[in-house]
Order: sequence, then structure tokens, then C-alpha cells
Amino acid sequence: MPFQIIVCGSLVPDPLQTLEPIVGANGPALKNEMMLPSSLDPWAGHALYEAANLAAKHPGSKVWLVSLGPKAKLQQVMMSVAQKVPFELIALDGPAGGFTDAAETAAALAEAIGTIPGLELANVLLFGGWESASRGTGATLQLVGEQLGITEQFQGVDSLTIGDDASLRILERVEGGKHQVSVCSGPPAVLGWATGNLPEPRNNPQVGMANMRGIMPVLQKAKAAAVGTGDITFASVSLPKQARATQIIKDQPAEQIAAELVAWIRGE
Amino acid sequence: MSTLFLAHTEADGSLAKAALEALAASVQLAASLGTPLSVGLIGENPGPAADAIAGCGAGRFLSVSGGEFSQARYATDAAAAEALCRAAGATLITVPATSRWNRVLPGVAHRLGGRADTHVTGIDASSGQAHISRWFYRQRMEAVFTRSTRPWLLALEGGIAPAWQGAAGSAHLEAVALTQPECRTRVVGFEAPAADQQTIRPDAELLFVTGAGWTKKQADGQIKLGEAETLILDFLRGARASLGSTKSLVDLGGEGQAILPFLSHLNQVGQTGSTPRHAKGLATCCHGEEPHTVGWRFIGERRAISLDANCGWARGKADVLYVADAFAVMAKVNERLR
Repeated sequence: MPFQIIVCGSLVPDPLQTLEPIVGANGPALKNEMMLPSSLDPWAGHALYEAANLAAKHPGSKVWLVSLGPKAKLQQVMMSVAQKVPFELIALDGPAGGFTDAAETAAALAEAIGTIPGLELANVLLFGGWESASRGTGATLQLVGEQLGITEQFQGVDSLTIGDDASLRILERVEGGKHQVSVCSGPPAVLGWATGNLPEPRNNPQVGMANMRGIMPVLQKAKAAAVGTGDITFASVSLPKQARATQIIKDQPAEQIAAELVAWIRGE
Repeated sequence: MSTLFLAHTEADGSLAKAALEALAASVQLAASLGTPLSVGLIGENPGPAADAIAGCGAGRFLSVSGGEFSQARYATDAAAAEALCRAAGATLITVPATSRWNRVLPGVAHRLGGRADTHVTGIDASSGQAHISRWFYRQRMEAVFTRSTRPWLLALEGGIAPAWQGAAGSAHLEAVALTQPECRTRVVGFEAPAADQQTIRPDAELLFVTGAGWTKKQADGQIKLGEAETLILDFLRGARASLGSTKSLVDLGGEGQAILPFLSHLNQVGQTGSTPRHAKGLATCCHGEEPHTVGWRFIGERRAISLDANCGWARGKADVLYVADAFAVMAKVNERLR
């Protein structure tokens, strides 16, 4: 069965960067946000790789990446993402920061998805990360699903297996290091991916060139999305103040360190 | 204005600790705002759970019950929660931030025309208006904010308050009628390592985190995976600790390199992993860089063992850094724990 796989995913600051909040004209923001190097949101990346893997196994399937972010930053991130797996980009020009409202983001994404030509809901698998590394609410994908009328939803997905009858066998993370195993009769469904099981694909310049032929015109025509902080009133945004006075212990025999650690573990 | 606390019952019909913690925070919230509190329960038979919290001060106890609501599925859980919210007419709705509630809460908010916020770590209503605290950018900055839209649905993180304790009684449970929603999903079971191989223990006092250094060449030029496996598993048994891992160590398997077989992405702590809550944390063979240590936000006392005296742990991220060979230290620790 061919699937229409739509992956929602945007960009986040490179995790090695130092982040500092500031108060901007439209609410909180990151200092030098436009200067920070960005990457595809990690869990959305896993979703994209899983989508491409699934599409490759089911001939006739297609993958779209729907991404909301500042156009220039999207272009920068797509230069590397496009080399990983084949997809068609749907771009929205707007803020991708963590302080934007999930509901406004979801509304913009759902509207963009609704404009995909030839989309048949019965074949749709809506993928994304189960949380972003910016806002981290784990809310956007559910809201997009609701707006598209998809009420079979799964979050924290680590595995999807397609049955001979096109049913979906899904492993979702639950408490205590376990997976809940569910079987859904088939698409449409929403899957918010955790890590999955696939390694990051190697760069493939041929895939990159093919993708970029479509990506550049899409980025040039990217529609502006009116996304902001919605009804939120921020009282404060601050970095954690707690910096520990680290005691560095060198040249101590292993036996003595072990004695200290065991006493600490036992609360002695 | 009123507050509704929602919870689902566990397989044995009780309420989980996370639910009792969220209940305690909800009781406090309603008291601070001076608004009535209602409780809504979902499960096969929520009666005993309602009785167990009958003394929480709630004015109404509502329920959606039946076998079809015992399973954690989006379609049924969202429909049940929506029905309870509409029946209660509450403006603030709180739930424990379990995987089950996190799955449905935003969707329920959408159906109610409200807004949802998840991973709430604090609520303050001292000004007469509810303000919540939650972390952004993977626990790297904390914001305090409020919203104007109602209903406002909040998923409260574990540890937000001590678990509610109070007298049991006999709750008058109002059943909320609900036509079973269309649902194409069935839960067929759970997958978990065998009990003696389960390395993730959320209730453990200590988090033990392993880094990629365990799989690297040691001082004698050899890779000692077998020894690493024995040391780590012996320590987990001896200290009754929960096992975490860095992303780089878990990813080695996907890159075709030698791995520690008991580690999976579920063990991963940090930027793309979990943010567990334990009183103490011990990191070994890991650099303590920011993408990893953001997962340590809710770890109380922190110690680390690393060969690098200039690693991330030394820069205010650990209380104590031992510059030492983790293989040697952990062998001695295990001897003492036996």
C-alpha cells in the first residue's frame, strides 16, 4: 500500500551553542537568534528518516517535509538535510523559536498541509517528533492531527511495522522503560516519533541535488505564517542560576574514591 | 471559575503516585484561587479510586467508566476527557503528566477551544491568577507565564508536590454518559526487558549514567566491552540504580560499532533523551557537555568520574568530579557494595 507521509519538523539552535533569553518586541526570544547555527530538530529528524525508510519499502509512497521557520535559516538547514533522504518541502516563513504558541504553529501547519495537491486522508501518515528541542510541549502534532480530523494518534513512537493488511503495529514509550504495543487498522494516523531505530543516513549528493531542485523554488515562494506567542503573557524567562562549585579530586587512589562513593550512595 | 483534576486509574484500579502528586498541586491551586475543585476519573471501574481520595475536598466526582476506557488510546481517552471537561465546565484543568495524558491533552484542549501546556513544573496562584513554570530548549531556560484563554489545561510533572495523603471515604461518583467513540486501535500488550534485565528504574535513588568512554581503548590499548558490561551491571544490582546513557554510546550500535547490549535509546538522557528525576546521579566515562547534561536538570546531588579534568562536569555541572579511571574505581565500588 502506498502511503502519503507528511513529516512536520522545524529547526532548532545547534545544541552546543550557548543560549541566552532576551525580551524582544514580540515577547521572549534568544539573544542573536538569527546568528545561531541551526539544525533540524532531532526528533523530527528521526521522524523524517523513518518516513523515508517506510516510503522506500512501499513503492508509490511519497514524503513531504512541512517546515515553519525563517526562510534564510530553513535554506541553511535544508542544505544538509536534503542530502539525507528524498522528500518534497512545504515551507512556511515564520518564527521557529521555542516561545511561539503551539496552537498558532499547528494552525499554520494544518493549513499548509491542506494545500498539498492530491492528498487523500485515507492514505496519510502524519509524522513528526514527539516534542521539539525548542518549545518541547509535545502538543503541535496532536493539534495538527485534530485539525485534519485524525483521531488515531501515537506519541513517543520507537517502532512502526506495517502488516500485510496495511495495519500499523506501533511501539510507544510509556513509563518505566517499557513500550506499549498497539495495532491500528491503518492510516490515517499521527505518529510522534521518539528516537526510532534508524541511524542518521549518510549524505548522498545525488539525493541532495534532486531535493534542492525542488527546495529552492519552494523556499523562494514560502508563504509568511502569522505565528506568535498567542495568548501567553510571559512574566519571566531566565537561565537556571544554579552553577555548582565543582570539587575536582585528582590523584586519589581508586580504593579511596570507591569508599567515598559508596558512603555517598548509602547516605552515610 | 473552577478547577477540574483529571486522572486515569491504573490496571489495579488505584491512582498512581504521579496522579496523587498532581492532585495535591490541584488542591493547593484551587485553594489559592478560592475556586471549587472537581475530580474526573477515567477507567474500567473508578469507584475505589474515587473513594481513596474522597477527602481531597472536591465538590464533585465525575467519571467515565467501562472496559473500553481501561486502555490508553488516543480516541477513547480524548473523548472521555472531553466529556468530563464539558460536564464539569471548569476553566482550569489539571492532569498528571503521564505518557497517557501527554498523548491526548493538546487534542482535548483543541476540542474545547482552550489551550494546553505540558511539562508544568510549578504553579503559583498567589496573585489571584495562575502562573505556571515550565522549561524551554530542553531544560536550558525556565519561563513563568499565564494565558488568557480558558479552559486552560495543564499537565503537571511528577514531583510538583508531595503525593496527596488524606482520609478515604465514600465519594458520590457522577457517571458522565458517553457514546463510545470510533476507535481503530487496540492495545495488544507491553514490551519490556525481563524483570532481572530491566535497567530503567524511575523510583531508584541513584541514576548511573554511562558514556562512550566505556567502549573506547583503555590504557593498555584494548577495548574491554565484556569487563565494562560486568562492571556496569554489577553496580546496578549492588546500588539498585537506574541506568542512563549518553546519546553517543547508544548510537554506536546504529553505526555498526561494538556496543553494550543492554543499552537502548530508552536509556538515553539529555537533549534527545529523557530528563529523569533522581536524588543522586553518578556519571562515568562521559564528557558532561551541554547536550547531555540538560537531561540532569532534576538530578539532586551529582558526581562524575572522568579522565579529563577539564570536561564539562568540572565547569559547575557536578558537585564532585573524580579525575580517575572509571574501570578501576567501579571495580572497587562493586567490591564494597557486595
